[in-house]
Amino acid sequence: MKRKLITFWRVVHTGILNFMRNVTLAVAAIAVMVVTLTIVLFSLITNATFANTITQITSKIDISVFLKDSDTPDQTKQLITQLKKLPNVKSIQYLTKEQALRQYEQQNAGNQNLQQAINETSNPLPATILIKPYDLNKIQDIKNFLTKPSVAALQADQPSYSGDREIAINRITHATDVLRKIGIVTVVVFAVVCALIIFNTIQMAIFNRRDEIGIMRLLGASTSYIRGPFIVESVIYGILSAVFSILIVNSAFLASSGTLQATSLGLLDINYANQYFDMHFWQFLALQLMLGIVLGAVSATIATRRYLKFKTK
Amino acid sequence: MILLDRVTKTYGRDVDAALSRVTLHVDPKEFVIVIGQSGAGKTTLLRLLTREERPTSGKIIVGGIDYDKLKDRQIPMLRRKIGVVFQDFKLLPNKNVFENVAYALEIVGISNREIRHTVPKVLNIVNLKGKEKLMPLQLSGGEQQRVAIARAIVRQPRILIADEPTGNLDPKHAWDVIKVLEKVNRYGTTVLLTTHNQEIVNKLKRRVVTIKNGEVVSDRANAGYKA
Repeated sequence: MKRKLITFWRVVHTGILNFMRNVTLAVAAIAVMVVTLTIVLFSLITNATFANTITQITSKIDISVFLKDSDTPDQTKQLITQLKKLPNVKSIQYLTKEQALRQYEQQNAGNQNLQQAINETSNPLPATILIKPYDLNKIQDIKNFLTKPSVAALQADQPSYSGDREIAINRITHATDVLRKIGIVTVVVFAVVCALIIFNTIQMAIFNRRDEIGIMRLLGASTSYIRGPFIVESVIYGILSAVFSILIVNSAFLASSGTLQATSLGLLDINYANQYFDMHFWQFLALQLMLGIVLGAVSATIATRRYLKFKTK
Repeated sequence: MILLDRVTKTYGRDVDAALSRVTLHVDPKEFVIVIGQSGAGKTTLLRLLTREERPTSGKIIVGGIDYDKLKDRQIPMLRRKIGVVFQDFKLLPNKNVFENVAYALEIVGISNREIRHTVPKVLNIVNLKGKEKLMPLQLSGGEQQRVAIARAIVRQPRILIADEPTGNLDPKHAWDVIKVLEKVNRYGTTVLLTTHNQEIVNKLKRRVVTIKNGEVVSDRANAGYKA
């Protein structure tokens, strides 16, 4: 046990020494890793921000069903219970004629002419049922239900999802999907590229020391004793890269919100992104550290394998 | 201590075997010199003992370890029991004399205190007291080889294999190295030495095994050089 502890400490110590001796190689490896981790981090934040934007937009979208003034309260109640049974219906809000009118007044509070016009006539607005769906892509079942002749008979007008609004809904949902897919593909591609480059860098470091490794082997050094320092070395790359990439992203946010006073960048809501980053700072740091360490350790393990095989075949 | 039974080694599709049916038995504490011209198979023989090579056929048992039953991951353990000295020293160029010797102890997990205690003693045996801080390139060939011997014996192996340790040295330094090997042998280590230096063989008057074209052609006690 004591020997194992001594050996473990020696492996860590050698790894740190090697890291300091090979600073030039380390710089290259760390640079690539920082770029990758930063891209991963940006993708995560961007993805979350887009997801937030989309939720915000879609949460404002609902289907309005306009009821005839002649509908009895029982008919209305029955319709609501039936709607609630549909699997894609998230929530239902019922507005009486008066509530609909008040909402309309509030929405058009600035428009004096409209206000006057409404006051002059008796309430022209129908009682309304507002339906929020779970999934915008699957409102077909709700649509089918609403166009059934028995249900359509209760309605004063076509439900308001149709026409322009439906096209808008479709556009948003399509954009969400595309953005998400692009995000995932980018992260995967850069992770693979980074793994390959780190793998090469470490293999080069090992290649430079292959004579030394051969001597270690002949003296009876175990595989883990030789491999250990290389793994420690690349784990150090990982830790430093994680810290650097967090710092870069952090200062990017500081610069964008402080100097540029920007709140959005095209579609990207920078305010929210910044908030999201601040809120999850420690999780992100932990994630980056984990990614860096795993990426480094795995690459080093694979890269050392070739040089540690016993050539006794 | 060392037992080779009809050991044959062929490389690739070569028709001529590097070693062919070599049988050799070395007792504990013996000092055996293996002689033969370049390419006779001396180095192959030693590489089989350190398990850098596998025999094509035949049986090898060293210090009670049957090589047929040895798994790859047990090779480090085997090598820790055998001290090896090479013609080209194979010192670690970035480490000084003390660190080079200490390294053999570090890899087996010996504590720093014990290392500080043991290494100077061994450097004393090979007459390198006071040179602990020097780097390998600051030493003469003979001194470097003695560092290598110190490294090989610091773990007190029962067997010391020396592959042409004097091959790169002038006569005076060569003899220094041989004297150290004799000293190690007096302390009870089995020594297997390969050389083609006639003078050394004649002066040592030890058991001499002659290899020619991969075969043992003579094996005589207290012999002189007769290749």
